[in-house]
Parts: sequence; structure tokens; C-alpha cells
Amino acid sequence: MTSLAKDGTPASPLVEVKDLKVHFPIKKGVIFDKVIGHVKAVDGVDLSIPRGRTYGLVGESGCGKSTLGRALLQLTPPTGGSVEFDGQELTKLAPGKLRSMRRRMQMIFQDPLSSLDPRQNVESILIEGLAAHGIGADRGERRKKVAETLDAVGLPRWALSRYPHEFSGGQRQRIGIARALVLGPDLIVADEPVSALDVSIQAQVINLLEELQDQLNLTYLVIAHDLAVVRHISDVVGVMYLGALVEEAPSDDIYAAPLHPYTRALMSAVPVPDPDVEDQRERILLAGDLPSPANPPKGCRFHTRCPWAQPTRCADERPVLRQITVEGLETGSDHRVACHWAEDIATGKLRPHEVKAELVHQEAETPTEVAPPSEPTSII
Amino acid sequence: MALLEVKDLSVVFARKGEREVRAVDGVSFDVDAGEVVGLVGESGCGKSVTSLAIMGLLPKRGVRVSGQATFDGMNLLQTDERTLRDIRGRDVAMIFQDPLSSLNPVVPIGLQVTEVLTRHRGMKGEAAKKEAAHLLERVGIPDPTRRLKEYPHQLSGGMRQRALIAMAVACAPRLLIADEPTTALDVTIQAQILELLKDLVRDSGTALLMITHDLGVVAGMCKSINVLYAGRRVESAPRRVLFAQRHHPYTVGLLGSIPRLDAPKGEKLRPITGSVRDVLPWAEGCAFAPRCFNRVDRCVDGPPELVWTAAQHGYRCVNPVMEAETAK
Repeated sequence: MTSLAKDGTPASPLVEVKDLKVHFPIKKGVIFDKVIGHVKAVDGVDLSIPRGRTYGLVGESGCGKSTLGRALLQLTPPTGGSVEFDGQELTKLAPGKLRSMRRRMQMIFQDPLSSLDPRQNVESILIEGLAAHGIGADRGERRKKVAETLDAVGLPRWALSRYPHEFSGGQRQRIGIARALVLGPDLIVADEPVSALDVSIQAQVINLLEELQDQLNLTYLVIAHDLAVVRHISDVVGVMYLGALVEEAPSDDIYAAPLHPYTRALMSAVPVPDPDVEDQRERILLAGDLPSPANPPKGCRFHTRCPWAQPTRCADERPVLRQITVEGLETGSDHRVACHWAEDIATGKLRPHEVKAELVHQEAETPTEVAPPSEPTSII
Repeated sequence: MALLEVKDLSVVFARKGEREVRAVDGVSFDVDAGEVVGLVGESGCGKSVTSLAIMGLLPKRGVRVSGQATFDGMNLLQTDERTLRDIRGRDVAMIFQDPLSSLNPVVPIGLQVTEVLTRHRGMKGEAAKKEAAHLLERVGIPDPTRRLKEYPHQLSGGMRQRALIAMAVACAPRLLIADEPTTALDVTIQAQILELLKDLVRDSGTALLMITHDLGVVAGMCKSINVLYAGRRVESAPRRVLFAQRHHPYTVGLLGSIPRLDAPKGEKLRPITGSVRDVLPWAEGCAFAPRCFNRVDRCVDGPPELVWTAAQHGYRCVNPVMEAETAK
């Protein structure tokens, strides 16, 4: 990728993900577990995040975006592929080394209340990570660092002795951000950082994340289902569908010229708070639901719901991310799309057609068990 | 006369030994047949309590409801439970936010839909089943006869919400109350459900009261919009009037907080400072004053009144935003 940092110099990637795969086994059996299949939550994702920039990952529930974020931090062990962080291969790192590496890559969770220990006060929450990584010589020094972090996220000093339940939702999310920030990380993975918050509080937290990035030169991977939020905060947006990226583009291009049919549908579905825009725009309504990731459609995974699906190639050949050139359409070198027919769709040569909703089988007759993603035992 | 006229509705939660909470404080609005009216606000502003009070679904103990909610000439707040049971589901139906918790998990979908038909339309056996399948098909559920035998957990979130809508429209209600009907759903599914609701209103002339926190949703479908804050209506206007010119600083702030998909990159959000907890009791002044960017001394002199302009635009503010886009 040839993106430039904010000052114009080429930004070297901080994170390089190559062909990342996370498959969860589906088990069956009473005494002896037998693996009868796999849920391919993430199935071959390549992405790179330049230093000091924000990569936004967007997709609907079940598309594997959270699993991707967790696998990147090695909180869920990847099944295959590689994750390179600042030149170091994480998937092959010894557990001890990985633990100390975690200081440099932190996570912010969706629900601030359930990700904070209700019996720890704020000071204890913030100091725990410092102690675990041996940052700061003594208690006094650590307290100083904690106090600075509190200022940075806009919490008052008296918050130190309070417990999470004493704060409002927005303040709790600030505590979550402070916990990630106090260790001085390079990368922050934010998984739905604002979706549990009220609209007016959302904006406060988004602005805070942006300010912190400017001050501390942080690199973000922001995972969210809300395309408007992701586009606002990110430099590059990646759209995921059923475990794979279908389109990746700078955030301006993704709105100006969405190339993948799924991105178009997603874009047209997001409500805009403006009656004039709402009345005029054309909605691409997708039929039916997301197919099961345990048994994804062959070929292009979107072809079962795609209004532009063609009789050839779509059903039997899996498209890869590629750059396209279309006359009269500005597409940058970092705009990539995984669609066989992207050119013809962009020029309007192919027209959308009606799609009948297909039944999505939930397989309730055969009770199966999906191994849950491993819990984050420790992210510090 | 409008189909539903809510006048001066107040709900007070009063539990022994605890401070009284005035969740809804003198809210009035009308909903006419075939029109969509929006109630917008953040959590805790009283929008859901309003809908529960209209439906008579609030507990009797520890709750004081006053005012009027006149549906087709009958004050629902004064109606006895027996009559209400006939009205609920037949004339007035409701769709809730979380379809999984509003469906019975141990009863097949089919039985839950036919229950409404049996209770209100006296249908039985095969006829009821056939009608239920027809209803599911109408809301866009593929293979409805098979779905009738399935349980809620076997359906996806979007399907569950469709099933719930099918139950709500089973008796062709004249008023439909949708309380955050799409908040738990993905955007593409949300678009499907909103389109379905719009079709219902257009085809059957049902009045729809849309309760949501999402200004984007109301911009696309509501005829008029009421913005609630701390239990009172702070702004009310037809949607085009409201989006052309917001007068109340809260509405201005709310709109400035939303990242817009079509906004140019790099435009800063303008959030409202503080949180919903920083409220002033309405009796002392404007509840929004502690968070307001347009605050003046008069704000805390007493409760502000709703002021109406010629364009049916009402706002409860002594120092309103007057020029377009002047929010700081």
C-alpha cells in the first residue's frame, strides 16, 4: 500500500496481516467429541495498517470482524496465516514474549460496564497493567502516570477512588480507554467502541479517540457495524462479508465510489439524518439473511444475495481483492475490490435484478455445538 | 380529530421511601390515521414509558399516570383492563425493540401468531394456520408454512422482528406503536424492516408511532417529529421544517453529534457536553441548561414554555438557535 502519513512521508505499516484464518470447530457427540465441520469466522484476510493511521473494519454481525480483531491481538489463536507487528511475527512468538508485547497493543471493548471489574476502583484498574508490565519504579511514579492518563481522557482526579458503577456510560468508556492508554501502546484495537453509548456521548468518545491519536501518534483498528461512524473516524475502510474482505478503500472513496455490490447495499441502507437525502436516494434492499459461516456459499460468498450476480463465475470462482480501472471513475491505487464484475457494475453495463430471499437453514434438528471463542484471560 | 390524541401525559414513579421520579412530564402529541409520528430522544428521556403508558402496560403499583390518551374518542388511561385487552392487539398493536425477549421461547411461532387470530378474530384450526402463513408471507418470511412450526431461537434476528410485526398487524390495527423496532438489527436488515413498515402504513392506512433514538430513521419516514428531553417535549415540528431549522439547542446538538455518511471527511463532530445525568428539575428552569451551549441567565428563572411558530414548529427554549447552522 502506498498511503502517505499525515505529514506526507510514506507510512510504514505497523501491522501486516497475511491470509489470516480463524476456524472454530463444530463438535458433536456425547462422550467422544467428533469434529464435524468448521465455522470459518475469518477465512483469508490480508490487511496492513500504516503507523499513526486508522483502519476501519465494517460489516454486519456474524461477518467475523470481531474475531479478526481478536486474532490480530492473538486473543483468539489464528488457525493459519501470519500477523506481523512492527516487524515481529506474532503467531510464532513464545507466550512470555507475547505477554510483554501486549503492552504495545491494547484493546477497547464495546460494553464498558462488563469489561471493567466491578470490585476494582479506577486507580486499581489502571495500576494493574502498569504493575504487570513493571512500568514505573514505585507506587508514586505509577500514580503520577495514572493521573496523567486520567487528564488525557478527560476524567476528574477524584475518579481514582470510585468504582465503575458510579460512572455514566460515556465516563466508563473513558475508563476503558484510559486502561488501554496508560501502558503507552502503539496499536489500539477498538471493538465497537461507541455502539453501546447514547448519540451525544458517542460523539464525545469519537472526538476523544481522534484527539488522542493526534497527540500520541496512535494506530487504530476500529471495528464497528455503523458505516457512518467507521467512515468518520478511519483513513482506510475495509468492508467484511462472511469472513473475508470484499472491498478496501480510503474512506472518501468508499462513499464516493463504492464498487462492491455489498458495499453499495450497505451504504444505501444507512439512514442519513436529512429528509432531502432520504427521499431521493435509491435503496438497494438485500433479500434474506446472512448465510451460515459453517457452510458458506461456494464461489463469491455474496452471490446468493447479490442483485448483480451473474450466471457465470459468481457461483464457482472465489473473487480475490484486486484493483480495477474504469474509465471516467477515479479509483486510487489503494482501492481494492473482490468482485468479478466490478468494472461492468461500475460503468452501469450490468443492471441489478430481483433476488428471491433464500431460506437460511439454522440446522436446529441436529443439535451441534460450536466451540466458543476463548475468553480473554489477560490482555495486559 | 386525530386517531390518537395524547394530552398532558405524565408518569410518576413513586416508591415508598424513595424519591419520586417524573419520567414523563406533560407530553402531548397527535397521531392521525395513515401518518407516521416520531418520538426521538436518548435513553432516559421517557419515550418508551410514554408508549407503555398509552398501552396501559405500566404496573399499577407505585406508578401514577395522569393526563389523557384518547384513541378514537376513548381515553385509554381511564379504560378498564377488560376492555383494554380487547383493544390491545386488535386496534392498537405494539412492536418492541428486542424480538427475542418479546416472543415466548417455548412456543412455536405459528401458535403465537394464531393466538392473536383466535383471540381477536375468532379463527380456529386450519383457517387460522392458513391466515398465519399468509401473514408471515406478507412480512417477507420465506417458506412460511415451515416457519410456523419453528421456535423463536431457530429464526434470525431479522426474521424474529418480522414475525413480531406479523403478529402486530394480524388484526389490521389502526394504530401501531413501534418502540425502537430496528435498534437490535443490522443496517441492511433495518432497511428491510423500515421499508416493510412504510408499506404497511401506505397500504392499510395504519397510524404509526415510531419511537427511536436515531434521527436518521425519522428523517426518512416520519411526517412530524417530537424530540423529548428529560420527560418533556423540547421541540416538535413537521420533519422538513425541523431539519431545515432546529431551534432547540438540544436538537441542534443531537444532530451535530451524528457522523453523517455523506459528510466531507475531516469534519469534526460537535457533541453535547456532559451527560444525561446533568439535568435540572424542570420546575427550576430548563432541564437542558447545564449542558447547553446557548445558555443565558433566564434559562434557570423558571420552566420554559413551548413556543409555537407559524409553521407548526414548537420549541421549549428561551434562547433558541435562530439562524441556520450556527451551532458552536
